[in-house]
Amino acid sequence: MKKLISVAAIENGTVIDHIPAGQGTQLVRLLRLTAHKKKVTLLLNLPSQSMGYKDLIKVEAREISEEEASQIAVFAPKATLNIIREYHVVKKFTVTMPEHIEKVIRCPNERCITNHEREISTRFGVNRFGNKVQLVCQFCEKSFTHDTY
Amino acid sequence: MERIFEGKELMKGKDILSAKEMTKTEILALLDRALEMKKNPFEPILKGHLMASCFFEPSTRTRLSFEAAMKRLGGEVIGFSEVSSTATQKGESLSDAMKIIGLYADVIVIRHPLEGSARQAAIATEKPVINAGDGANEHPTQTLLDLFTMRECQGKLEGLSIAFVGDLLHGRTVHSLALALRHFAPRLYLVSPPSLAMQDSILQELKKSEISFSFHQSIEEIIDKVDILFMTRIQKERFRNPDEYQRVKDQLILTPDLLKDARKNLKVLHPLPRVNEIAKEVDDTEYAYYFQQAENGIYVRSALLATVLGK
Repeated sequence: MKKLISVAAIENGTVIDHIPAGQGTQLVRLLRLTAHKKKVTLLLNLPSQSMGYKDLIKVEAREISEEEASQIAVFAPKATLNIIREYHVVKKFTVTMPEHIEKVIRCPNERCITNHEREISTRFGVNRFGNKVQLVCQFCEKSFTHDTY
Repeated sequence: MERIFEGKELMKGKDILSAKEMTKTEILALLDRALEMKKNPFEPILKGHLMASCFFEPSTRTRLSFEAAMKRLGGEVIGFSEVSSTATQKGESLSDAMKIIGLYADVIVIRHPLEGSARQAAIATEKPVINAGDGANEHPTQTLLDLFTMRECQGKLEGLSIAFVGDLLHGRTVHSLALALRHFAPRLYLVSPPSLAMQDSILQELKKSEISFSFHQSIEEIIDKVDILFMTRIQKERFRNPDEYQRVKDQLILTPDLLKDARKNLKVLHPLPRVNEIAKEVDDTEYAYYFQQAENGIYVRSALLATVLGK
């Protein structure tokens, strides 16, 4: 009984697993799940053998694409996505780090033009140094690590 | 706009937004063109062309040298020198403003307090955009004129020993210049108070390019080792703590007696304006080269305008 999670399985949609604990809410925002008109379940601080603790998101009636998933890779580099149809996992994939991240995150530099003109879509280059991931704003050219956000 | 520059071909239609993204070939071609302009100044090759000079924040030397360059080459200038005379005051976006100005002019020169604004302007218009300073980010024409001046006074750019002195943390001039110098295998001496040392992201880039550099806290330590002494202003407005400013502001002042051990070929550069970091008496020494450096701005900007306009 201890291992049971008191949340119903979803019929159709996506389960995002292996999110680092504390990043779940960030991913809900990045994937704009609060605007999703169907049920979204966010589970925080679940015990995990490989991660210690993890977050998990279940999204009813939306299949998140590999391209969309790559946009969250900076925050959840080991996330796995399960696409569910009629209660069965029909596809499972891990996120891949993209070369660019567009639109989903805002530039932390308050002096960046992207924070002052509404119609501009943000765009970041992604650099990897070992385990570290660095984002470079293509507008103001400032670099950031993901923990800046 | 597309990059069409390759080798000695002209950079017609190209945006000049960041010195960091310019290749060695592009830089050298522009410096050669600027030298040509200096030798044969002000032929009316831009007659019939119109430059929009869009200064959303005040500037004297940069704006006047761009406008002078355009007019000396036979071109015309429209524009504004403060934001209060624009529709931006009424809430118009930069994108809209640039799109419209791009319909009027052949080339746009923009200075704007926000970082990344020149890139946004370049996205909004089909016309070439030259960044004349976007906040603390980039000022590529300053970098080009600094490189031009170094080559002019030393006869080469490769393998120079260069000291950057002053505020190396905040100054966009030294950041852009240090990164542009990566193409020319310099030896860099970074002279600053520890609290104003060059930021780590720039140092990482220098390391990646295998550029040798070392840290110092006084001009005496390095004066006999360098070809270029590049002085910068310690900017009061950058300090959150006024006590810290008071503590460091007078630490790195160049006086004639500090130059007694200098190499014969040493030249002192400064992007200007200076406050007190170079004593007035240095102006009369053979080492001072900062006024020639300021003059070179007009030739470098002339070369850029002609090049992006395909002339």
